[in-house]
Amino acid sequence: MANETLKAGFDKYMASVDAKLDKNPERANLEPKRLYTPLDVEGFDYETKLGLPGEYPFTRGVQPTMYRGRFWTMRMYAGFSTAEESNKRYRYLLANGGSGLSCAFDLPTQIGYDSTDAMAEGEVGKVGVAIDSLADMEILFDGIQLDQVSTSMTINAPASVLLAMYIAVAEKQGVGADKLRGTIQNDILKEYAARGTYIFPPAPSMRLITNIFEYCAKNVPLWNTISISGYHIREAGSTASQEIAFTIADGIAYVEAAVKAGMDVDEFAGRLSFFWNAHNNVLEEVAKFRASRRVWAKVMKERFNAQKAKSQMLRVHTQTAGSMLTAQQPNNNIVRVALQTAAAVMGGTQSLHTNSKDEALALPTTESVTIALRTQQIVAYESGLADTVDPLGGSYYVEALTDKIEAEAWEYIQKIDEIGGAPEAIAKGYIQKEIQDSAYKWQMDIEKGNRIIVGVNKFQQDEEPPTNLLRVDGSVGKLQADKIAALKARRDNAQVESTLAALEKACGEPESTNLMPFILDCVRAYATEGEICGVMRKVFGEYKSNVAL
Amino acid sequence: MANVKVLVAKPGLDGHDRGAKVVARALRDAGFEVIYTGIRLTPEQIAEAALQDDVNVVALSLLSGAHNTLFPKVVELLKEKGLNDVLVIGGGVIPDADIPGLKAAGVAEVFTPGTPTGNIVEFINANVK
Repeated sequence: MANETLKAGFDKYMASVDAKLDKNPERANLEPKRLYTPLDVEGFDYETKLGLPGEYPFTRGVQPTMYRGRFWTMRMYAGFSTAEESNKRYRYLLANGGSGLSCAFDLPTQIGYDSTDAMAEGEVGKVGVAIDSLADMEILFDGIQLDQVSTSMTINAPASVLLAMYIAVAEKQGVGADKLRGTIQNDILKEYAARGTYIFPPAPSMRLITNIFEYCAKNVPLWNTISISGYHIREAGSTASQEIAFTIADGIAYVEAAVKAGMDVDEFAGRLSFFWNAHNNVLEEVAKFRASRRVWAKVMKERFNAQKAKSQMLRVHTQTAGSMLTAQQPNNNIVRVALQTAAAVMGGTQSLHTNSKDEALALPTTESVTIALRTQQIVAYESGLADTVDPLGGSYYVEALTDKIEAEAWEYIQKIDEIGGAPEAIAKGYIQKEIQDSAYKWQMDIEKGNRIIVGVNKFQQDEEPPTNLLRVDGSVGKLQADKIAALKARRDNAQVESTLAALEKACGEPESTNLMPFILDCVRAYATEGEICGVMRKVFGEYKSNVAL
Repeated sequence: MANVKVLVAKPGLDGHDRGAKVVARALRDAGFEVIYTGIRLTPEQIAEAALQDDVNVVALSLLSGAHNTLFPKVVELLKEKGLNDVLVIGGGVIPDADIPGLKAAGVAEVFTPGTPTGNIVEFINANVK
C-alpha cells in the first residue's frame, strides 16, 4: 500500500473512530497515539537508524547474536550486616545460578566512615555490608576465586579504596589484577544530583575518577572503571528521557575530563559502562534502551572521534525499579518485576538485577531473592524473548517511541551543553530541579487518580502486616568496632602511618600523580577505609550541597 | 491554624530524598511554611535547626533502616532543648513492627510508602500544637 493510500485509509479510520467516541469513549490520559502505522516512521532509513546488531549505531544491540549465545549476566545486588553474613549470601547466589556478584555496601562504607565513626551510628550493616579494612574484604570473598567471577561494586566516592581492596584480596589468592573482571560504580556526578553518597568536592572527585581510568587501562584492563548511572536519577523521579539524557551528559563530562588529563579516548572508552532502570512501562523502556545506544554511539563517534567500535558501544547493567515496588500487597511486586525484566531483556541489557517483592519494606529474605533470580531464569529459558535479537525492532510504535526519546534526550543534552556541561548544570541545581519536578508530577498524578498503581490507589484491600521480613541485627556496629580494635592491635601501625603520610603528600600533588598506587599501599598495610578517606578529606575538603526545593 | 512551620529533615547517611522533597513540596502547597534541611544531618543538627527556626513540626524521612536509632534520638534532643510541643512525624521504608516502638519513643505518626500526601497534611492540621 503506497503511503497516500495508507494516509487516506488512516484518516478515514481515525474519523470513524472519533465519530463514535461519545458511544465508545477511550480511557483518559493515554500518552501514546491510538495507532502507529508506517506513517509514523516515514522516511525511516534502516541502516542509519538501526543497522545490524554489534554495529554502529548499535540500536539493535551491542553484540552480533545477543542472547542466542549466552544470556545476560544474572547479577543479584546483595550485601548486609557483616562480611561473614554477606559471604554466605554470595555463595548461595552463585550456587543457585547467579552468574556474577554485586556488592551492596552500607552507608558508612559508601561515605568513607569507619563503623566506629560517630556519623555511622545506627547505619552499620543496614543497607549493605560493613567493610572497614582489607580484613573484612578478605572475609567477604572467602572461598570465591576472583578470577572465576565478575564482581560489581556499588561504590562511588571511595571507589578507589574498595577497588584497591579487591585487587589486594586477589593478590592474596595469587590472582593477578589483569585477570579481574567487574565494575565499580565510580559515578560521582549522579551522587551530587540524585543519590547523595558524595564525599569530596567535584574537582578532586573527577581527579580520582580519571586516576582510576588511567590506572586500570594499564593494570586492570578487563575492569569496567565506571558505571555511569541513570538508575538513581530515575529512582529520584525523572522520566525515561531525562534518565538517559542526564546520564549521557555525565558520561560526556567523564570523557572530557579523561581526555583533558591526556588520555586517548580509545584507550579508556571501551571500559565505560552504563546502568539503566527497568521501569513499569514496558515498551517505553525498550525504546529507551535502544535510543540510549544510538545517542551514545553518536556522541562517541562524532563528538569525541572515537575509532574503536568498543568505545562507541553503550554496554549496560540494569536493575528493576525499586521505587515502583509497593508496600501494599507485596506479592504483586513479583509480577511487576517480571514485566520489568521482560523490558530489560527486550531492550538488550548486558546484565540484570531483579528486585525482590519485599523491598518496599526491608532488605530481601533469601526466599524472596530466590524468586527474583528465578524470574530472570524464567524469562531467559521459557519466554522466548531472548531467542532473537531486538525482537521489537521494526514495530511502528517502538521505532516511533525510540525516535521520540532520542530527540528529547538530545534536547536536554544541548541544554546542558549550553549551561556549560553536567558538572555546571548540577552546581546550578538545574538537573536536580528537573528531576524533582518530574517526581512531584508523578506523585500528584497518583493522588489525582490520573495514574493507577494497583493496590495503592485502586484495588486496595485490607491486609495483615507482612511477617518474615529480614532484620539486620543491631549488634553489627559492636561487632565491627571489636574487629577494628583487634586489627589496630595486630597490624604494623608504623607501616600504616607511613603509607597514609605518602598518600597525603600525593593528594597535594598535581593530578598527574596517580593516587591509586598510594591507596593500594595503604590498603595492603591494613589502614582502615576511614583512615584513608580521612587523609583525602583533610587534603581535598568535603562537598556541601546546596538545597533547593 | 496560621503559620505552621515544618522542618523536613533527613537524619543519618541516607541520600534518598525523593520522598522528603515531594512531601516538603506538598506541605508547602498546602500552605505550611517548609524548611528542607538537605541530606545527612545528625540528630543534633536537626534539633538545633528546629530550635533556631522555631518550628512547629519536625518531619523525618529515612530509608536506610536506621530509624529505630535516629528517630528517638531526635525526639530526645528536642526535649532536651525544651521543645516539648514540637510535633515529630516520620516516614520512609519502615516495617509495621517498628511503628509501635517509634510511637512510644515520641514519634506522633509514621507514614509508610504509598501514603497520599494529603493524609500528612490532615494529620499535621489535626495535631499541631
